[in-house]
Amino acid sequence: MRHRLTRHGAARLLGGLVLVGALVLMVLGVREQLRIRRIASGFAFLSEPAGFTLSETLLPLDLKDSYAQALLAGLGNSMRVALAACVLATLLGLVVGLGRTAAAPAWRRACGAYVETIRNLPVVLQLMLWYALLIGAAPPLEAPRALGAGMYLSKGGLALPAPIGPAALALGGLGLAGMLLALAWLRRASAPRSTVALACVSAAVLAVLAWSVPGAYWSLPTPRGLSLAGGWVLSPEFLALALGLGMYGSSYIAEVIRAAVQAVPRGQWEACAALGLNRVACLRRVILPQAVRSALPPLTGQYLNLMKNSSLGVVVGYPDLVGVANTAMNQTGQAIECIAIIMVVFLGLNLLVARTMTRSERWAPGSAALP
Amino acid sequence: MGWTAVAAALLWALEPVAAWALAHAVWTPDPAACAAAAPAGACWGFVAHAYPTILFGTLPPGAHGRAALGVALLFGLTGISMHPRAWRAALLLLWAGGAAALTVILGPYSTQVGGLLLTMCLTLVGCASGFLLAIPLVVGRMAANPLAHRACRLYVELVRGLPMVTVLFAASYVLPLLLPALAMTPLARVTLAVALFEAAYFSEVLRAGLQTIPRGQMEAAATLGLSYLQTLRVVSLPQAIRKMLPALVNNVIGALKATSLVVIVGLQDLNGALQLALGDAGWRPYALEGYLFLGLLYFMLCYPLSRYARWLERRFQGGPS
Repeated sequence: MRHRLTRHGAARLLGGLVLVGALVLMVLGVREQLRIRRIASGFAFLSEPAGFTLSETLLPLDLKDSYAQALLAGLGNSMRVALAACVLATLLGLVVGLGRTAAAPAWRRACGAYVETIRNLPVVLQLMLWYALLIGAAPPLEAPRALGAGMYLSKGGLALPAPIGPAALALGGLGLAGMLLALAWLRRASAPRSTVALACVSAAVLAVLAWSVPGAYWSLPTPRGLSLAGGWVLSPEFLALALGLGMYGSSYIAEVIRAAVQAVPRGQWEACAALGLNRVACLRRVILPQAVRSALPPLTGQYLNLMKNSSLGVVVGYPDLVGVANTAMNQTGQAIECIAIIMVVFLGLNLLVARTMTRSERWAPGSAALP
Repeated sequence: MGWTAVAAALLWALEPVAAWALAHAVWTPDPAACAAAAPAGACWGFVAHAYPTILFGTLPPGAHGRAALGVALLFGLTGISMHPRAWRAALLLLWAGGAAALTVILGPYSTQVGGLLLTMCLTLVGCASGFLLAIPLVVGRMAANPLAHRACRLYVELVRGLPMVTVLFAASYVLPLLLPALAMTPLARVTLAVALFEAAYFSEVLRAGLQTIPRGQMEAAATLGLSYLQTLRVVSLPQAIRKMLPALVNNVIGALKATSLVVIVGLQDLNGALQLALGDAGWRPYALEGYLFLGLLYFMLCYPLSRYARWLERRFQGGPS
């Protein structure tokens, strides 16, 4: 017995030494290469002025702003498009997934064809298709098409009315009330009714205040000269990325929802029928709340995938984090540091989203733990 | 009721698309006619003009026949490998022979491979190398040795948490710094990136398969005197691979779609070749038609594979597709 332990122990020690030795050699080799190519090392470049600006950012970015600020702006862009894609994918995926479980075989086949078509095409190709469509088929900048409610579509993107001042406050309040309502629904009876009621009333008051004086509190896009001025413009790159990723994600989310709905025991459907509930009511009140529970882990995986796929902005020219880091890499030559930054950010976001979704599993109906 | 509603919805939505794509379209490679028909009609003439570039990349026209033969050879080999009757050791010899035949067919043009042939080679070589790398990864992941266990787990979690774009950039920019002595061509670097990326995903699939094998089999093998590695080689891994084949094929489909990303690092796969064809200013407004043609090609490559995965699932597990 002692003999085998010593042999095992020696083998492990040797293996560990070989690994450490290989790592040390690799680090030394890299440092030598960096010295030969006269590339600087370390993260000092982050505070130097970037010398480039992005085509669109949440907050204004100047040429003199540092690389760190440019990277942060890229991260903001990535988050923006990932959020839009996740929302779109969830809504569309819900519809298509429920269509896959419909009673009529026609709807099942149609939704099935949708899912199969999208899953068998590369996501890069779908993004390029959407971009070519938005650039090619959209009306030219000089003659934008009015879509009603103050929205305009052109090759420069989708121009929406932008709230400023109190209107922004009102919309923020509405959004907050909506989130509180969703939380209350998820946690069922534990949110006191007074909180929910207060949230709704205050949001309604703010909304009425804002809407009563539209001109002063909204920046409406107006045709001025050769293009539009004012408003909030969603660039064609953002639209292509959000729509393309949204549709791509929706096909996978549809499959997740289909599997979750089909995993609910057949007896539940029969009980609904016995109670006289029609299909829609049964789905809404009995099946979907139970399906949400089993759908959450694969849904987490799909949201993480969508977040990773937001890095494809570089393909359509959207300045996301990876695109900005690529520019920084080309300018400073410090490839290792930039790639390390991208890795750390993505892994951190991975962890954050996975942790949040696991926590929210506790609130899903039917879970054993009380919120 | 269902069929009429769906048919009506589809007709309403697809009528303008059909008008653009079929009724008013131009089928001859004539830029003037295309310009006259746009934007009401599609310009399929661009596809008629550019399909050699898309399919074969930068190869000169005399070599197109060789590339087409190479593609047919690869399709034939893949078709043979798909049937379970062919899964024996001789299949590896067949593939080795096929690889040699491919180099002979391509002859002096082997360095100029592009388009469809490049996509297929990248997928096949990348997935094969990735699978070979995945086996030691999964063995290390399930080993008792804490160093091996942690190192493999770190690698898999790291690679799975990153987008493919990042792995491609790392391979293109960091590899020359790490291993300067190797002086790899861009194609070799990209193949290595695909192999490293797919290895993590394959190893997770294999790990899931290994975990479903009953513990009693390992104990029986130990009783027969087989070592840990011998048990894996003879008992566990063959069963795990067979059980997880549908999931592995799904990963191969994913790898095929991921090769479309190499256009970012400048390689001329199907996507890159289309960008090459679009470099001609006269045809640039018709990019949409080019992407639709590319979509059709990718669909024709991926859909049979996904049907094959479902057929495998039904055959080996008897479960619903």
